[in-house]
Amino acid sequence: MTMTTPLWEVFIRPRNGLAHKHVGSLHAADEVMALQAARDVYTRRGEGNSIWVVPSAAITASDPDQAAENFEPTADKIYRHPTFYEIPDDVGHM
Amino acid sequence: MYSQGLIGADNRTEETPEFLARFQKRIDAEEKIEPKDEMPEGYRRTLVRQIGQHAHSEIVGMLPEGNWITRAPSLRRKAALLAKVQDEGGHGLYLYSAAETLGVSREEMTEELLSGKAKYSSIFNYPTLSWADMGTIGWLVDGAAIMNQIPLCRCSFGPYARAMIRVCKEESFHQRQGYEIVMTLAQGTPAQKAMAQDSLNRWWWPSLMMFGPHDADSQHSDQSMAWKIKRFTNDELRQKFIDATVPQAEFLGLTIPDPDLKWNEEKGGYDHGPIDWDEFWRVVKGHGPMAKDRIKARKKAWDDGAWVREAALAHAEKRRARKIAAE
Ligand SMILES: [Fe+2]
Ligand SMILES: [Fe+2]
Repeated sequence: MTMTTPLWEVFIRPRNGLAHKHVGSLHAADEVMALQAARDVYTRRGEGNSIWVVPSAAITASDPDQAAENFEPTADKIYRHPTFYEIPDDVGHM
Repeated sequence: MYSQGLIGADNRTEETPEFLARFQKRIDAEEKIEPKDEMPEGYRRTLVRQIGQHAHSEIVGMLPEGNWITRAPSLRRKAALLAKVQDEGGHGLYLYSAAETLGVSREEMTEELLSGKAKYSSIFNYPTLSWADMGTIGWLVDGAAIMNQIPLCRCSFGPYARAMIRVCKEESFHQRQGYEIVMTLAQGTPAQKAMAQDSLNRWWWPSLMMFGPHDADSQHSDQSMAWKIKRFTNDELRQKFIDATVPQAEFLGLTIPDPDLKWNEEKGGYDHGPIDWDEFWRVVKGHGPMAKDRIKARKKAWDDGAWVREAALAHAEKRRARKIAAE
């Protein structure tokens, strides 16, 4: 019988002051082994000082088919950007 | 290459012309394709097979070098070789994860390797007979892998490209530690130099075969190039490898075992003698000198590890149940 070992997503913080960033995934029976495996697989050369592991099944992702509805409206709301507003040069840097 | 120009690929696909054109437009615009994006079935199948072959190659590739870890001539060499072999294990894992994003499970891929259905690079079916082979493998085999993997960092499939960026960062140490081993031998006693030359003699041609069949005989190359899974043809990569490696051999005072090898001013590269494609196909089809041992070793590792996997899962289940009971 083939048993499947759960999949985990691995996030690493390269150094203090930076956010944890997704680096890949791995299989492990539980969170303790997932952390140990993440250390061996993803931090062999000082890639970080902190690891998060999250069960892949716990992640809810947005649907790429709805990417247009979800994210395109931001492109035509140019008034959300500072360059949309005309301020005379005389005012100085703002 | 590690997927050897994709042996046994099948990138036929049956989507509508409109769908394929839409997909091709994204590819042509150098957009990366991510796992949940729509993609032609042939694209998915090609990647599953190619990334799988690549992952298996990394894992099986640990065996020929693992063979020498306990016999490394110094602590420095042993530490380096151990670290290199551990890296190869890591490469296999990054790649398996990338393939899994396409909907194939790790267990399925493992089963395909153990049953002989999935291929891995023919280079790992040659034996490592002397310590010099640890040098030559790092220099030539990792060198050839780098030639192939650098363009794969720009592969159109996001997870494969990202895995390759990590891999490429680590490979350069592999090649340098290998070259240093060969250099030490080449500058050593006559017996050491002879050992280095013997090793080069055995590994040169199999290394050239790593790039896969000539372009004219590589049936799946065109579609893979159009989908930007591949950026250079087998022959282009092989040529780059030869041009980079010949001066490195000259520096060592070693002779490349090809009497027809000669600089071609016009093309600005080396011409080489004919490659023994009968040998290539024999080894690819599983008749390499070490093919049986490699699969036997992987099967033993898988079977002997079964109780560990089962125990770890049982333990995780027990902890989960306890936690729920305590809540
Ligand atoms: Fe590797
Ligand atoms: Fe390597």
